Amino acid sequence: MITLEGITKVYRTGEVEVAALKGISLHIPEGEFVAIMGPSGSGKSTLMNLIGCLDQPSSGRYILDGYDVSALTDDQLAWIRNRKIGFVFQSYNLIPRASAVHNVEMPLIYAGDNLQRRERAMAALESVGLLERAGHLPSELSGGQQQRVAVARALVTDPAILLADEPTGNLDSESSLEIMKLLRDLNQQGRTIVLITHEPDIAAFAQRVVRVRDGVVVSDERPSIAAEMVR
Amino acid sequence: MSILEGLRLAVNGLLSNRLRSALTMLGILIGVSAVILLVGVGNGATVAVQQQIQSLGSNLLTVFPSNARSAGGVQQGFGTGSSFTLDDVKAIANQQTSPDVVTAIPSAGGRAQLTYGNQNWNSSLTGTTQDFPSVRNYQLASGQFFSSGEVDAASKVAVIGPTVATNLFGSADPIGQVMKINRQNFRVIGVFAPKGSSGGFNNQDDVVVVPITSAWSYLLGGRGKNIQQIYVEATSAQATTAATAEVTQVMLDRHHISDPTQADFQILSQQDVLASASQTTGVLTLMLGAIAGISLVVGGIGIMNIMLVTVTERTREIGIRKAIGARRQDILLQFLIESMFLSGLGGALGILVGFGLARLLPIAVSALPTPVISTPSVFLAFGISVGIGLFFGLYPANRAARLRPIEALRYE
Repeated sequence: MITLEGITKVYRTGEVEVAALKGISLHIPEGEFVAIMGPSGSGKSTLMNLIGCLDQPSSGRYILDGYDVSALTDDQLAWIRNRKIGFVFQSYNLIPRASAVHNVEMPLIYAGDNLQRRERAMAALESVGLLERAGHLPSELSGGQQQRVAVARALVTDPAILLADEPTGNLDSESSLEIMKLLRDLNQQGRTIVLITHEPDIAAFAQRVVRVRDGVVVSDERPSIAAEMVR
Repeated sequence: MSILEGLRLAVNGLLSNRLRSALTMLGILIGVSAVILLVGVGNGATVAVQQQIQSLGSNLLTVFPSNARSAGGVQQGFGTGSSFTLDDVKAIANQQTSPDVVTAIPSAGGRAQLTYGNQNWNSSLTGTTQDFPSVRNYQLASGQFFSSGEVDAASKVAVIGPTVATNLFGSADPIGQVMKINRQNFRVIGVFAPKGSSGGFNNQDDVVVVPITSAWSYLLGGRGKNIQQIYVEATSAQATTAATAEVTQVMLDRHHISDPTQADFQILSQQDVLASASQTTGVLTLMLGAIAGISLVVGGIGIMNIMLVTVTERTREIGIRKAIGARRQDILLQFLIESMFLSGLGGALGILVGFGLARLLPIAVSALPTPVISTPSVFLAFGISVGIGLFFGLYPANRAARLRPIEALRYE
């Protein structure tokens, strides 16, 4: 599903070149729930931008669902983001002036996919349990509800992967638990999920944890399987 | 993204900042209504001038003495050229030699001081013959015009314009009254109907008309049997060109001039006057339109300014939209539709306001001509306002479309 081969990313600020990623290779098969962990400055945000096709690597190859993303134009990247990736951000990133259901159907608008658009948006809202809040503005919803709207928006185009960047970072522990259970349920239905976090108890929901530090992968393990093997 | 979606987004965006949108629209509204109103005033002036000239008689030719002929190589001043005689007038009116001429009348005059009782009035005096009303397009409100017999007898009778009647006689009936023209007693035998067109050029209602023979004998002392101009009535407005040629030939023959460039007279038709006046008012209209156009450009800059602010404010929203799959053209279209909607709506409202002001203006300022709004100018104004939205929206929209998604998402 996702294959990264020798990915590097170098930022240039004036005279100084900063290497955020120094050669990352990673394979994430379909249906996996992966957590990418690392302290701030480790390069995990850069990695998330690359996986999310918001940015392009300085060198290396990135294959997403059969598409070589490393050499695409801006508009082609927009198409990939629209069809292949569902984003869930830390700060929800809903459009404040649009109702919940309008936020959810927005990816379909940009896909030019008008077939039963409203019905599909409502179905996505139903799958996150927010059908009765469809007409509300984001400002009328709690943080947890806003994040569930964001998950519904990420799901509506039936993307290849769901990319969650610190999805619980702005939420209380109860809402955090709800969102993580939602993600786990989605994974059990077969959805590939990539989770970026720095909290171990959030990462614990994943089957596989990849640790990043100073732009390289320092560990890649499957704790739950390891735990089972110990038992 | 469809145009309809874009329009929905635009309305949504504009409604979220009502006051700002309204003020921006006001700039375009003022520009468009100014264009509509001022071009309307210019057109109104054109129509008013044309009507005034038409009221003199569209089939009227005026023959002036000219100084073009130089006697003995000496160029003479204007009006000092040889004057016309009554025989000239008769020859021009001759149906055999000039079939396109109905009739011709002489005209001589100047300013005259009129007195009746203790009332004084200074007016324009014209000495002429019995065909004056038909040639100069005058109707009589009461009484009658003088006859050929009264011209031959040099009778001391006068016909006055309504302005003179009001100022000299008030509400009393002037017919049969004796007034003094330059201290000579004249009996009023008729009053003209108002011609309506006042102001601007000579007031055609402020006139006193007497037989030319009487004017020579009693009023224009010392100047002899002088005719300042001859008015010629052509059979129709279309016949003025043919009539001009005929009159020219008759006059050249009578004055024994073989070379037309050496003619000692000039013929001016109302068509010529109309053409030059229309040209003048056309320039006026263009100038007024250009001045109003400047305010439209200022309005356009206002739109650009606000769109730049809007793009900056919505940087994060643009980032979100790009992250979930909006292409450059989607973002471009969204902001272009927004600016065009702003200017188009402002333009439409401006047209309505322009129409309203055009109605009110003549009531408020009676000296101005009634504005005449032409349909093409309305469509043009609307088209230009939408075009301004497109032109001035392009830069901000392009700026939004080029934003990089990660930077836009990080924007606080």
